[in-house]
Amino acid sequence: MASENPTASEYIKHHLQNLTFGQHPDGSWGIAETSKQASDMGFWAIHLDTMGFSIGLGILFLALFRMAAKKASVETPRGLQNFVELMVEFVDNSVKESFHGKSKVIAPLALTIFVWIFLMNLMDLVPVDFVPRIASDIFGLEYFKIVPTTDINATLGLSLSVFFLIIFYSISMKGFGGFVKELTLQPFNTPIMIPFNFVLEMVGLLAKPVSLALRLFGNLYAGELIFILIAILPWGVQWMLSVPWAIFHILVITLQAFIFMMLTIVYLSMAHEKH
Amino acid sequence: MNLNLTLIGQAISFAIFVWFCMKFVWPPVIAALEERSKKIADGLEAANRASRDLELAQEQAAQILRESKDNAAEIIEQANKRANQMIDEAKEQVIADGKRLREAAQTEIEQDVMRAKEALRAQVSVLAFAGAEKILGATIDEKAHSEIVEQLAKEL
Repeated sequence: MASENPTASEYIKHHLQNLTFGQHPDGSWGIAETSKQASDMGFWAIHLDTMGFSIGLGILFLALFRMAAKKASVETPRGLQNFVELMVEFVDNSVKESFHGKSKVIAPLALTIFVWIFLMNLMDLVPVDFVPRIASDIFGLEYFKIVPTTDINATLGLSLSVFFLIIFYSISMKGFGGFVKELTLQPFNTPIMIPFNFVLEMVGLLAKPVSLALRLFGNLYAGELIFILIAILPWGVQWMLSVPWAIFHILVITLQAFIFMMLTIVYLSMAHEKH
Repeated sequence: MNLNLTLIGQAISFAIFVWFCMKFVWPPVIAALEERSKKIADGLEAANRASRDLELAQEQAAQILRESKDNAAEIIEQANKRANQMIDEAKEQVIADGKRLREAAQTEIEQDVMRAKEALRAQVSVLAFAGAEKILGATIDEKAHSEIVEQLAKEL
């Protein structure tokens, strides 16, 4: 903690700062001690907490699913396998409903997005002071944010990957010419309207990753912020607000993971379709 | 809230996770699911086939039963006919036997009567002689009167 008795605004700011590793303006490398230092590091810095938790959760997800997949039995599915099959079937159905092309990537991609984002969102339900307190008292780390999806970098990293997939599939399905035609000859199919069409379509295309990233980030950031605000209240009354909000938030984190997955599938199926 | 290298780090880890999921998680699970659904479909089809077979077998069994009933009825009818015939034959036989026996008895009786008559005749002649002797008080020469007695006996 910055000080022993932080004010409310200090407390909130403290909780919204990532653990940043990068190069200080003076040339030395290290972990940022203050928010100012973190933002001074510019682009070539990395959020250790976001990366650590997201990779850890990703590995947890893959390890669990891999374990179930390796022992997948046709005759007697049980325990973990049932759960994994449930998820896989759910994702597979979602993909089959909206994606009609042939691709081996889409379904595993959707599964990864759904489970991974769900797990990252789930970190939101861990009490806000829990992990940061451990990090600061035991490891001496000043800042620690455990919800990767409240970091715009994480959500934007996901949505930009999806964006590149959209472009990749658009070009590979329709050819480069077809992709350019799609951007310039819609919605008004006359040569005069090409600049107008291009602007319109570019906005539409770029809005996809931005809206994906900002929707997830915004929802989780707001949720986290409310948890932090609740944590400012006297300890005796916190549960009256934090319990209902956490219960409601279970819905939000699942829904946001689902929305991210569905929109990814829809965008990619749009990229696959020929007009 | 700074945009920084985390963005790229996330994208890279995302790509690796997707690759791993596509390579090692998705195929075995989907394979198991598909195999199971195929097995279930096969099982249902087999059940359908079995129930069709059962229906067929039941039909066949019913037909066989019907046929055997018809056969049995026919056999019973034949047996009845045969029994009646046998009874008739037996009756005829009995009647014929009875007749024959009666005839045999009749002849025997007639013969017995004849024999008795003969015997009586002989006896009568002896009695006649004895009576005559008594009456006459003298012995009758049998030889001399036998002619008369025999004539008498014949008239008896």
